Amino acid sequence: MIRLLAQRELRSLFAMPSTWFILAILQFIFTWFFLNTLQAFLEVQPQLAQLANAPGVTTVVAVPLFNMVALLLMMLVPMFTMRLIAEERRNHSFALLLSAPLSIRHIVLGKFFGLLAFLVLLITGVPLMIYSLALGTHLDHGLILGNLLGLLLLTCSYVSLGMYVSSLTAHPVIAAIGALAVLVGLWLADAAAVADNSTWHTISPLNHFQNFNAGLFDSGDVIFFVLFSAVFLLLTMRRIGNNRVYG
Amino acid sequence: MSNNISDITLSARNLKRRFGDHLVINDVSLELRRGEVLGLLGHNGAGKTTTMQMLTGCLSPNSGNIEICGISLLRQPELAKANLGYLPETPPLYRELSVNEFLNFTARLRGIRPPEIADVLAKAKRNCGLEAVGKKIIGTLSKGYQQRVGIAQAIIHDPAVIVLDEPTVGLDPAQIREVRTLIRELGDVHSVILSTHLLSEVESVCDRVEIMQQGRLIYSDTSEHMRQHENVSGFIVVLRNPPPLDLLEGIAGISHIEPLSASKFRVLHKPQDNPKSTLLSLAEQHGWQLEQLTPLQATLEDVYVRITSPETTTPPEESTQ
Repeated sequence: MIRLLAQRELRSLFAMPSTWFILAILQFIFTWFFLNTLQAFLEVQPQLAQLANAPGVTTVVAVPLFNMVALLLMMLVPMFTMRLIAEERRNHSFALLLSAPLSIRHIVLGKFFGLLAFLVLLITGVPLMIYSLALGTHLDHGLILGNLLGLLLLTCSYVSLGMYVSSLTAHPVIAAIGALAVLVGLWLADAAAVADNSTWHTISPLNHFQNFNAGLFDSGDVIFFVLFSAVFLLLTMRRIGNNRVYG
Repeated sequence: MSNNISDITLSARNLKRRFGDHLVINDVSLELRRGEVLGLLGHNGAGKTTTMQMLTGCLSPNSGNIEICGISLLRQPELAKANLGYLPETPPLYRELSVNEFLNFTARLRGIRPPEIADVLAKAKRNCGLEAVGKKIIGTLSKGYQQRVGIAQAIIHDPAVIVLDEPTVGLDPAQIREVRTLIRELGDVHSVILSTHLLSEVESVCDRVEIMQQGRLIYSDTSEHMRQHENVSGFIVVLRNPPPLDLLEGIAGISHIEPLSASKFRVLHKPQDNPKSTLLSLAEQHGWQLEQLTPLQATLEDVYVRITSPETTTPPEESTQ
């Protein structure tokens, strides 16, 4: 059932022209950024070669690219999560799911994995571009895989938070603005906090991604992302359940 | 007796629902048998939609119990809902999908196995007249067609109980007739509960009527009986060459006669002796040229207004003046 709902979510996404438009624009941005960084790397490579412990192509090209994707996702995910529940409410199609033989868990997880699958597809271009460099040079696989894992976990946390905001309202635009405000707010608070042990660092998903981005695999970060996503998924389920109770 | 119980497909007992301090549904109990079409009738805001949302699990009642085919909707919602088809007031559609894709999704959502889907889909489309638009995007269809897609998703899995909230709203007269025929057919095999404020709908498709007002069921009977709620004995007669009024008044059995125009009269009589045959033979003898004779029948509308008006004792003629 979760798979069926996820498939429906994907099919609806791909049935809309705007999805294809965003896909195309993003591929363009990713590629343009990648080629630019690559060119910059090629220009400074002779100087780098003289250093003792010089950073490789992975560090100079892949790491900033992943960082840029993470930032873009922060802006982008609310545009997609806003539809998940708010739009179903507005179109009155939610009654179809509520009166079907499904539990709320199925509904929430189906939507979550549906959108996650789409976003994974959206960023597949990035590792493909980076691995195209493997034709001519040696890459740091560990760093790339760590970044990919971090990006996946980060996306999970964004989607679950966006879906929760979407479940609070029947207006997709409000859901988008709300989710964007929370995500950007967490990011800014994290960036502005000076103290090393500030709570803002602890609760900001992007801060936890920085470790993955730098090639540091900390199980604490993984646990943070899993907990963050789980909390918001559970809150969404609760919110939909309350809908039945409070109308 | 046990046979009777298994025939009951939907039973709701003592449903109560409040929104804030406002008690919207007050002690509603309903029962529906296989092969029965129940019409839920009421003014706007009487609580019809809220009742239907509770019967389909979209809203939890504050108290009360709902069973679908003997399975509790509140305790085992997933099992109970498998026997349920629901068309809300606004059809629940994914406008960006095609009709085929959407119906395919709803069929699988209701647990129909992939090999059976093609058959089920074809049958639902045939029943709802959707064969020609299968590949069209739902958002581009007219309101009438969207409503049909809504009905198709509610019946696609052949559920025991079908709940339709104002199913003919937004359809043109020909479509209304088709949908009513469809509901009548469905009602022979399944149980259908439909809400409406169109009395003609109740007259043409429902076996039984429940009238709802301010969150209560205030009247329940077969639609046949409801029509006889206030028995009127009389007829309208048109005579092309009428005699003086006092001559007509003198005919045995006529208790009251009222001229509606020069040639048209409303005749009231006691239920036990009908002066129709006397009038017919007199008209023939004296050349009154009888043109039309229509028995008076209280329409459901009269009865409905009488039942739902605050002073139920006031006859409608007086209350409307």
